[in-house]
Amino acid sequence: MIEQLIIEGLAIGACYGLFGVAVAIIYKTSEVVNFAQGEMGMIATFVAYHVLTMYHAPFWLAFIITMVFAMLLGMLIEICFLRPAKDPNVLGLIIITLGAEMLLMGLAGWKWGAEQKDFPFLLSVQKSHEIIPGLALNEWSIGVFVLTGIIMVLLFLFFRYSRLGIAMRATQQNVNAAKIMGIKVERVFSITWGMSSLIGTVAAMFFAARSVLDPNFMMEPFMRAFAAAVLGGLTSIPGVVVGGILLGLIENFFGYAWPEWKPIVAFVVIIIIITVRPSGLFAKHYIKKV
Amino acid sequence: MDMKRNYYEDIELFSSGTILFWSVAFLIFLFTLPLYIPSYNIYLFNIILVNVILAVGLNILVGYTGQISLGHAGFFAIGAYGTALLMMHLHLPFPVALILAGLLAAFFGFIIGLPALRLEGPYLAIATLGFGLTIMHIIGRWEVFGGRMGISTPPLDLGLPGSAYSLVIEGDVKIYYLILTITALMVIGARNLMKTRIGRAFVAIRDDDIAAEVMGVNLTIFKTMSFAVSAFYAGVAGGLYAFVVSFFDPFTFNLILSIIFLVMVVVGGLGSILGAVMGAALITYLQFDLLKNVEEIPYLGELLVQISRKWLTVIGLANFGSIALGLIMLGIVIFEPLGMFGIWIRIKKYWKTWPF
Repeated sequence: MIEQLIIEGLAIGACYGLFGVAVAIIYKTSEVVNFAQGEMGMIATFVAYHVLTMYHAPFWLAFIITMVFAMLLGMLIEICFLRPAKDPNVLGLIIITLGAEMLLMGLAGWKWGAEQKDFPFLLSVQKSHEIIPGLALNEWSIGVFVLTGIIMVLLFLFFRYSRLGIAMRATQQNVNAAKIMGIKVERVFSITWGMSSLIGTVAAMFFAARSVLDPNFMMEPFMRAFAAAVLGGLTSIPGVVVGGILLGLIENFFGYAWPEWKPIVAFVVIIIIITVRPSGLFAKHYIKKV
Repeated sequence: MDMKRNYYEDIELFSSGTILFWSVAFLIFLFTLPLYIPSYNIYLFNIILVNVILAVGLNILVGYTGQISLGHAGFFAIGAYGTALLMMHLHLPFPVALILAGLLAAFFGFIIGLPALRLEGPYLAIATLGFGLTIMHIIGRWEVFGGRMGISTPPLDLGLPGSAYSLVIEGDVKIYYLILTITALMVIGARNLMKTRIGRAFVAIRDDDIAAEVMGVNLTIFKTMSFAVSAFYAGVAGGLYAFVVSFFDPFTFNLILSIIFLVMVVVGGLGSILGAVMGAALITYLQFDLLKNVEEIPYLGELLVQISRKWLTVIGLANFGSIALGLIMLGIVIFEPLGMFGIWIRIKKYWKTWPF
C-alpha cells in the first residue's frame, strides 16, 4: 500500500514538475509569471482532441500538430501581448497573462462548450503492469516518468551546449549585456514562450488523460504546478521538478489520511514554504539592491 | 496644474470648491436615483456599490502600497459569511455584525500581511492566491458554513432582532440607501486616509520600500496595516454583498472573482480613488448587464451570433464575457497603463489648457 502511494505520488508529482518547468522557463528568461500557462496547455489539448475525434487522425499525427500549434500559440502570445506593452511592472505583467488566460478560456468555451469530454490518450490510467513484482505501475505513470526524464535531459543539454540555450541564459542574467553581445533578445523571448508552451502542452495532455477535458480543467493542476515551481525556486529547473515530486508525495499521503482536505494541501504547503524560505527551497536568495 | 503650494493644500479632502460642488451634486444624484430608474435596475446599482467599496479597498493595497493580492475573494467571503453567520447564530444587529465581520477580515489581512513582508511580486501573488483558494475550500467543506449548498441570509435587521427595537429593511431600494450611505462613508474614509501620515507611508512603500524604511517608515507596521485596511474594506463589501444577493455558495468566491476585483482596480487606474470607483462601476456593468446578454447588443450581437453559427457554437457564446474581459485587461496594460483615471486626466488637461 505504502509503495503504491509513493509511486502514485511520484507520478503525479513528476507531472506537476513537468508543468512547473514550463512556468519556470519563462520566469527564468523574462521574469514573467505566466498565469496563462494552464490555458495555453488546455487549448492545445483541445486542438489535439479536435484532430483526434473530428478527423480521426492517428495519435502521432495529432501529437505533432498539437506540438506545432502549442509552439506557435506561445510565440503568438509573446509577440501580440507582451512585446507591445511599454515597460510594464510586475502587476502589469500579471494582468497581461491573466488577461490572456481569460481570453483563451473564453475562446475554448466558445468553440468546444463547457461540457466535460474524455480525452482519448495513448496511455491509460486503468491499464497497469507489474514491472517489479508486487508493484503495479499504470501506463500513465510510466509515460510520465519516461517523458519527464527525456525532457529534463534534453533541457539540460539544450541549456548547456546549444547556442540558443546559452543565449537564453545570457538574456536571463542581463538583458542589456545580452543585447550588446548581439543576441536578439526579443526573438529569444518568443522562442522561450514557444518552448515553454510546448512542454506545458505535453504535461497538459497527461493531466487531461487523468481527469476530463473541459475549459477549466487546467486551473487546479496549474495552481499545483505553480506551487511546485515556487517550492523548488522558480529559477532552478531541477529544483522545480524536485519541488513537484515533493508536492505530489505530500499531497498523496495527506489525501490518503484526510481525503476531504486534499485540494488545499498544496496551498497550505506553499504558504508555509514561502513564508519560511521566500525564494523556494533550491534557488539562491538574492539581495535586492536599491 | 496640480502644484501644491503648502502643506494644507496637500491634506485638503477636496482640493477645490468645484470638486466639492460636483461631489455633493453627484451624491445627491445618487441618493435620488431610485426616483428616475425602474426598481429592478437598482439591484445592479447595489452590486456596483458593493464592488466600489471593494475596489477602493483593494486600491489602497495594490495602487497605493504596491502589493499584489489575488486573494481578495477570500476576504470578501469572510465578510459575507461572517456577517450572515453572526446574525443567524448570535442574533446581532446588522451594523455590529458587519463591523465584526470586517474586523475579522482585517485580522486575516493582518495574518496574510506578515509573510508579505518578505515576499514581493509573483511570490506574493501566489501566496495570496493560495489564501483565497484555501478560504473557498474550507468554507465549502465545513458544515458550519452551510457546505457546498450555500446559505441564505437572515432578514436584514438594523436594530435588535426579535425585540421592540427591531428595524427590518426589505427590498432593493431600501438596501440601496443603506449601501449607498456606507459606500459614501467608506470612499470618503479612504480618501481621508490617503491624506494622512499613514497614506503617505503607503505611497512611500510603493515607490521604494527600502528607501521608505531608511526614511523611517516602519515596514512591518505599515505593510500589515495596508493589508488589514484593504481586507476590512473587502469584508464590509462582502457583508453587504451577502444581503444584496441574499443567497450565496462558497464557489461564488472563486479565483475568477479575485481576478475581476484586480481588473476593476487596474482598469480604473492604480493609486486613485476616483479610478477605483469608475473601474468598479464599468466592470460590474459589463459583467452583470452588457455581457450577460451579448446577443442583444445592437449590430455586434448579431455579428457574434453569425460568427458562432459559422465556426463556433452558439451555446458557447456565453463565454464572450470572459473574452471581452481578457481583451480589456490586455488593452489597458498595453495602451493605457494608467487606466480610466489616466484618460480622465488627459481629457481634463486638454480642456484646461485649450486652445494650446
